[in-house]
Amino acid sequence: MEKAISITENPFAKTNGRGKDVKETAVVGLTQTAVVLIIAILVIILGIIIYQGRTKFSWEFISSFPTDGMTQGGIFPALIGTFILVIVMSIAAVPFGTITAIYLTEYAHENSKFAAAVRFSIRTLAVVPSIIFGLFGLGFFIQFVGTGMDSAFNDGQLRWGQPNILWASLTMALLTLPVIIVSVEEALKTIPRELREASLALGATKWQTIKHVVFPGSISGIMTGTILAVSRGAGEVAPILFTGAAYYLATLPGSLSDQFMNLGYHVYIMSTQSSDVEKTMPIQFATTLVLLILTLSLNLVAVIIRSRIRRKAK
Amino acid sequence: MNSPHPNKQTFTKESLKKQFRLSEFLAEKVISSVAFLSIAVIFLIFIFVFKESLPLFGFNDKAKANTEIQTTTGAAIETYGSETSTADSEPETYGAPAESLEPETYGSPTEDLNPVVEETAAAEPETYGTVTEDLNPDSASEDVVAIDEKVTGNKEGADKTWSTFFSTEWVPVSDNPRFGLIALFIGTLKVTIIAMLIAGPLAILAAVYTSCFASNRRKEIIKPIIEMLAAFPSVVIGFFAMMVLATFFQDIFGYDSRLNAFIGGVAMALAAIPIIYTISEDALSSVPKTYTEASLALGASKAQTAFSVILPAATPGIFAALLLGVGRVFGETMIALMATGNAALLSANPFESVRTFAATIGSEMAETVFGETHYSVLFFIGSLLFIFSFILNAVAEFYVKGRLIKKFQGK
Repeated sequence: MEKAISITENPFAKTNGRGKDVKETAVVGLTQTAVVLIIAILVIILGIIIYQGRTKFSWEFISSFPTDGMTQGGIFPALIGTFILVIVMSIAAVPFGTITAIYLTEYAHENSKFAAAVRFSIRTLAVVPSIIFGLFGLGFFIQFVGTGMDSAFNDGQLRWGQPNILWASLTMALLTLPVIIVSVEEALKTIPRELREASLALGATKWQTIKHVVFPGSISGIMTGTILAVSRGAGEVAPILFTGAAYYLATLPGSLSDQFMNLGYHVYIMSTQSSDVEKTMPIQFATTLVLLILTLSLNLVAVIIRSRIRRKAK
Repeated sequence: MNSPHPNKQTFTKESLKKQFRLSEFLAEKVISSVAFLSIAVIFLIFIFVFKESLPLFGFNDKAKANTEIQTTTGAAIETYGSETSTADSEPETYGAPAESLEPETYGSPTEDLNPVVEETAAAEPETYGTVTEDLNPDSASEDVVAIDEKVTGNKEGADKTWSTFFSTEWVPVSDNPRFGLIALFIGTLKVTIIAMLIAGPLAILAAVYTSCFASNRRKEIIKPIIEMLAAFPSVVIGFFAMMVLATFFQDIFGYDSRLNAFIGGVAMALAAIPIIYTISEDALSSVPKTYTEASLALGASKAQTAFSVILPAATPGIFAALLLGVGRVFGETMIALMATGNAALLSANPFESVRTFAATIGSEMAETVFGETHYSVLFFIGSLLFIFSFILNAVAEFYVKGRLIKKFQGK
C-alpha cells in the first residue's frame, strides 16, 4: 500500500519546525521589510524635522518678519505670500477643474475621441515636470500675456510683464488642475445613476439635472480636490522660481502685480543662498516644519473627507 | 365621450423629437470648451516653451522681431537676475531708449542700451537696498557682459551653439560659452538610475506585500501612510537630504563632495516611491481574483502565487509605474538643485557632484537675459524634458494599458 499523502501539508516543503515553509516566510518577510523601511524613512524625516525645528517654532516665529538680513526673526511674509498664492490659484483652478470633471462624467460619450484626448491631456499635465510649468509661466504669462497687457493698457510701462503673484498663481493653477479634476470626477462617479435618471424622468433637462442633482452631490469632491490642490501648490517651488517668488520683501504684497515671498522658496534660499547657513539652521528647520505641517494636515483632511465619500458610496 | 381616452395625446414623430433649448445647447458648448482647455494647455506649453528656443534653430528673423518688441520694455526684463523690478524705481528712463531703438537694427540698439542698463542696475542698490536684497550682488555687471555676448552670439548664428551641444563642458557664461548637453545628460541619467535602483524594488515589494499578503485592516493603514509620502513637498525632501542624509552617508562612505549623485538619487527615490507604489499596487490589485484562486487551488503557496502568478500578470502595470517614476525623477528640480551638488562633472563615480537638466534650468534661468543664447538653450532643455515626459506618459498610457486589458480579457 502506498502511503497516503496528506492534503493539508506539502511533503516537499522544508519547514522550520512550526510547520511553516521557510522560503515562504522569507519571501513574505522581504516584502514586509520593504513596507517597514518606507514607513521608517517617513517617520525619520518627520521626526528629525520636528525635533530640529521645535526650538525655533513658536507663534512669534510665525507672526514676525525676518530681521538682520534674514538671520533672525520669523517667516510671516512667506506664510502670507503662500496663502495669497494658493487662494488666487484655487480661484483660477477650481472652476475649470470642476467643469472639466463635469464634462468628463456627464457629457462625454464612452467612445468619444475628444473625451479621450481630454483625459490624456490631463494625465500628461499631471506628469509634466514642475519646472516646465515655470518655463511656461515665464514664456507665456510673463513674456507673452504680460508684455502684451503692458503695451495694450499700460503705455508700454512695465507692470504685468514681470514676475508677480498673478502669474505665479496661474502657473500653479495649471499644475494643480489634474488634482482637482481627478477628485471631482471620483466624487461625481459615486452619485448613483438612479438619481440622474429620476431627475430626467421627472422632466428635468440635462443641465437642470447637473445643476440641481449632480453638482450638489459633488461639493465634497470639489472640497477634497481644492484641499489637495492647495496642499500641492503650497509645497511646490519649481514653478514659481522665476514667475514671482522673491528672496526678501520688507512689505507684504499690495496687489497682484507685486512679487511675493513663499514658504518653500524660503526654505530653498535659506539653505542654499543664505549668508550664514550654519547660523540660520534652526530657522530653516522651523520653516520646513511649518511647511510640512501645512501640507500634511491639509492632506490628512482631504484623505478623511475622501474616505467618508467612499464609505457613503458603499 | 366618443373616445375612451379623452386626454389621449397623439405622439407624432415630430413631437417626440428632442426640443432645441438654447440654454442646454449653450451649457454643453461652454462645458466642453472648458474641457478643451486642458488639451489647449498641453499644446500651449509645448509651443511656448519651444518658441523661446527657436533662435537656436536659426530663426533669427523671428527672434529679431521678438526682441524688438521686447526691447521697449527690455531694460527691466534684462535684470531678471536681481529679482527686482527696476521699472518702479525709474520709470522715466524707459522713454528715451525706446525711441532710439525703433528705427535701428538689432545689433546696435542693444549696445545703446548698455549704459542705460548699467545705470538702472547701478541705481538699484540705492533705491531697493532696504526693500529687496539682491540675489546676486554682481548681477549688474553680469547682465552687461551677457548682453555683449548676445550681440556676438546671434551674429555668429545658431550653428556654433549646436556644435557645442555635443561637447562635454557646460560653461554657459564665459567669453566662449559652451553648452555641452552631454555632461548634463550623463548627470541626469546617473541620478535617475540610482533613484530607480532604490525606489523600484522597494516600492514594488511594498506593493506586493500590500496587495497580496497584508490583511485588509493592515492594508487600510499602510496605503494612506505610504501615500502620505507623496504629500511631502520636494523642497522638504531636498532639504532633508541636504542637511541630514548627506552628512549621514558621508560618515558611512567617506566620500569627498558632500552633495553628490548618490545623495540626489536617494532623495529622489523618496519622491518616486509613492508614485511607483500606488500605481503598482493598483495594477496588482486589478489582477482578477480567479487567477489567485486558481493558483491556490493548484496547491501553490501564497508567496508562489504572488511572485509567479500575480506579479507576471501585472507586469505591464508595474512597467507603467516604473516609467512614471522615471518621469518624476528625470524632471525633479528642487531635489536636484539642493542635493546633487550642481557641478557638471563627467564621471561614472556615483559619489561625484552632478548637474541635472531640470536643476540647470532652475538655477540658471534667473540669471539669463531674455533672447540670449543661454536663455534659448535653457528653454530648449525645457522642451526636451517636456517631450521626454510626454513620450513616457504616452507609452505608459497606450502601450501598457492596452496590453493589460488584452491580457485580462484573454485575447
